[in-house]
Amino acid sequence: MRRKEFLAGMKAGMPVCVGYFSVSFGFGAMAIAQGLTVWQAVLISATNLTSAGQFAGLTVIASGAIILEMILTQLVINSRYALMSLALGQRLGPNAGTGKRLAAAFFNTDEVFALGMARGKQLTAGFFVGVGIVAALGWISGTAMGAVAGSLLPESVRMALGVMLYGMFIAIVVPQAREEKPILISVVLALVLSCLFAWVPGLNLISDGLAIVLCTVLAAAACALFFPVEEEEVAQK
Amino acid sequence: MIWLYILVMAVTTYLIRALPLTLFKKPIRNRFLKSFLHYVPAACLAAMTFPAILSATENWISGAVGLAVAVALALCRRSLILVSVASCTAVFLAEWLIKML
Repeated sequence: MRRKEFLAGMKAGMPVCVGYFSVSFGFGAMAIAQGLTVWQAVLISATNLTSAGQFAGLTVIASGAIILEMILTQLVINSRYALMSLALGQRLGPNAGTGKRLAAAFFNTDEVFALGMARGKQLTAGFFVGVGIVAALGWISGTAMGAVAGSLLPESVRMALGVMLYGMFIAIVVPQAREEKPILISVVLALVLSCLFAWVPGLNLISDGLAIVLCTVLAAAACALFFPVEEEEVAQK
Repeated sequence: MIWLYILVMAVTTYLIRALPLTLFKKPIRNRFLKSFLHYVPAACLAAMTFPAILSATENWISGAVGLAVAVALALCRRSLILVSVASCTAVFLAEWLIKML
């Protein structure tokens, strides 16, 4: 991994670090409330690096469910990472070896993936891991702080800081959608589907993690059918 | 017992991320699959943002304000950090205003 790429990634990852700190602060506080120790909360954050999956995992632990339930919960909620990893692998290209891929996989969260994709064709594993390490620092330290001093930061400030992450997604998607019409269509399709899964009775029983996967697959498949990407264009990406 | 849960959780999450990255190393040739993966990132980010952003704050109105500010600034091609800090500031101000009213 080139040092320059890694440092550029660390710099780009700063806003994720701040956003993660506030979200994981809530996770740390909740873990303590569920009867875990500070070290257990920190270990979960250090080894999982995922918000929804960890919160769901806490619920499984608190309810004392069987191990199989933990596996199934994580599979459903985190299945979007499989899609992201597939897209990330294609972007990294054949030059990225197994070691680099295994390292990048560990840091493949929603936000790190978003920043990696925003980097475009020149994305390297070094950049990706750079973003990931800074993000992980925010995530782990936020968990520790939340576990030790859960009542320090008022809820409203924490929630407002959590919106930073959504702000990042918007900052990445909007310019792409503006540039390329089929991407705009895929975004609109995904938004409509996502609203259906959130609000239509029956459909809203589907877990958030699975709903995101379904929205993504349906919207991307529809656009791939109607607006297949030109051969050369893909070759460059 | 809690440690076993933590171990299982970590291994499951990592495998979901690592297997697709390491098993599919070669460039995908199929045109449909290539196009599909081209559209995955934006579609996925969009689905994760909305309507989730409306329930990420204490009040859906402040979430909507944050969303509007972020979209407006992103349309003007402002930097990522500015968009995210501005939308989070907007949420904070909106919640403060709502409490005052």
